[in-house]
Amino acid sequence: MDLSAINPVLLIASLMVAATPLLLAAIGETVVEKAGVLNLGVEGMMIIGAIAGFATAVESGSPLLGFVAAAIAGAALSVLFALLTQFAQANQVASGLSLTLFGLGLSALMGQSYVGIKPPQMGKLDIPVLSDLPVIGPILFGHDLMLYFGIALTAAVWAVFKFTRVGLILRAVGENHDAAHALGYKVIKIRILAILFGGACAGLGGAYISLIRVPQWTEGMTAGIGWIALALVVFASWKPWRVLLGAYLFGGVTVVQLNLQAAGVAIPVEYLAMSPYLITILVLVILSADKSSAPAALGRNFHASR
Amino acid sequence: MIRLEKRPQPSRAWSMATPLVAVLATMFFGGLLFALLGKNPFEAIATIFWEPLFGEFAFYYRPQLLVKGAPLVLIAIGLSLGFKAGIWNIGAEGQYIMGALFGAGVGLAFYPLEAWYIFPLMVIAGGFGGWIWAMIPAILKTRFGTNEILVSLMLVYVAEQFLASMSLGLLRNPEGHGFPGSRNLNSYESANSWISENAGMHWGVVAAMIAVIFAYVLLNRHMTGYHIRLTGEAPRAAKFAGVNPARLILFCLGTSGILAGLAGLFEVSGPSGQVSIDFNVGYGFTAIIVAFLGRLHPVGILLAGGLMALTYIGGDIAQSNLQLPSSAIQVFQGMLLFFLLAFDLLTNFRIAIGKPEAA
Repeated sequence: MDLSAINPVLLIASLMVAATPLLLAAIGETVVEKAGVLNLGVEGMMIIGAIAGFATAVESGSPLLGFVAAAIAGAALSVLFALLTQFAQANQVASGLSLTLFGLGLSALMGQSYVGIKPPQMGKLDIPVLSDLPVIGPILFGHDLMLYFGIALTAAVWAVFKFTRVGLILRAVGENHDAAHALGYKVIKIRILAILFGGACAGLGGAYISLIRVPQWTEGMTAGIGWIALALVVFASWKPWRVLLGAYLFGGVTVVQLNLQAAGVAIPVEYLAMSPYLITILVLVILSADKSSAPAALGRNFHASR
Repeated sequence: MIRLEKRPQPSRAWSMATPLVAVLATMFFGGLLFALLGKNPFEAIATIFWEPLFGEFAFYYRPQLLVKGAPLVLIAIGLSLGFKAGIWNIGAEGQYIMGALFGAGVGLAFYPLEAWYIFPLMVIAGGFGGWIWAMIPAILKTRFGTNEILVSLMLVYVAEQFLASMSLGLLRNPEGHGFPGSRNLNSYESANSWISENAGMHWGVVAAMIAVIFAYVLLNRHMTGYHIRLTGEAPRAAKFAGVNPARLILFCLGTSGILAGLAGLFEVSGPSGQVSIDFNVGYGFTAIIVAFLGRLHPVGILLAGGLMALTYIGGDIAQSNLQLPSSAIQVFQGMLLFFLLAFDLLTNFRIAIGKPEAA
């Protein structure tokens, strides 16, 4: 065992990379849940985004185009969820599960010919002087574009919720859809838009795994990150900045765990690999006492009867 | 103008018909998918649904129907109890793995002793393994209000890692030349769940049948079953009727855990034969589709389990005969749940054309 081989600066830098897929998916899901919709299909939308982004990036040679495709693919899959829950009035839990099962199958089908290929690399930010600073350089100024996009998105979602009319309407729909309907807001339309946004974000998160984090394509490679993202939203009490904090915390657990594996700690690899999931459960337990901040209409379907 | 009108009561006719309509729609769109993959859609659909039952080698495939159907039905029956009451155990895959590990562990501990009591002990241990794994989300839910969906699912990944650790370590075959995986239980007489391998009969099939009957009686003739239905259909009324939600959660999750654990144990001591890293093939997740497709009704689940087993077997045949990728079948199964949920609209709503009548 050699713990001194773990470089704290690199650790923090890779923690941020590990956290970004979680952050992207969880921010999207926060918006969806704020609108009163519980979409359990995050895992499915992520893995579809992962393969769509990967395939597009490989074929076009442009990772950026890959991310665009991933967002579109994630949103496209979420359309199915929107159709089921908003038009067909299907149970949201069951619909979300079906989305995940379907997405896992479809991604495996789409990804058959992409196993073992390396995707084109995404350029890293390189600002002269700043990126070369010791310690701060690699942590703050040495990442890829999408990582900063994730943080910017968090800020944007926070600002929209806090300062804008759109955010207010979205929250109204999520708290009390009957009242929002009575005020003349189009509940179904607003929810569908939120679902689409969540799908696009999950797609981006998935593509971040297959294009930057890993980077390659393997079946079922999201390995529960979509579900951890769902837990993260609860953890964060539906608050964007807390989502960021939570994502970095979970990213940290993952990275430390991987580093310990590499350093050859006496704990068997399998038990280290369990730790992110166990910690998710632990955090859920600690935080589930307080449900007051959950959107009141979460998981309930709306049907305008008159 | 086309509108949806909520039915005063769910339509019984549509409730029975939607699974059939969903299967037909899945066949159609599945056929389209197969055509996109460059296969003859009619041939592919026929291979999946006809070949295993009436084809040339049906004598071989029909017993497989029992082998694949039994774990699906066993797990789905347990899940359906919870789903009816709005308790979502989606970690059956993990409970299945733990059941298999506990059961096989007990069996292997006795090796090479031959005795009549070994298999019953394994069955108890298997059920216990699934139960204890399901009790984690159940107790966390009743004590702390933790979301059982997320906890039960997280535990699947934990169980998978545990399985890897066991098949590489504690349960590894000492005579296996260092390969991962346990001793083969099929060659250990006392720990074998086969009744007749040629007929596809093992104790899991028997257990599945018993579970169907048990669930039917429970739901129709027993107070607990009534409470389950009441909680699902009218949670407020259930509260006034004095239903204890915590007990219901423990019962539903516990039962589904036991059944999933048993399914794992029967699988590992029968069709799969040994504990290995990837002996689990996702029955725990497919059983969710089976439960919904069977309308959460015991008899429906029996039929749905059969159908889903058929797609597994037919999918295998299509894979070897038509080079249809195995993931295509996964998509096919996922589609089925989609269409089922979509067509369920017709159970609860009526499509009306024209202007709403004045009240």
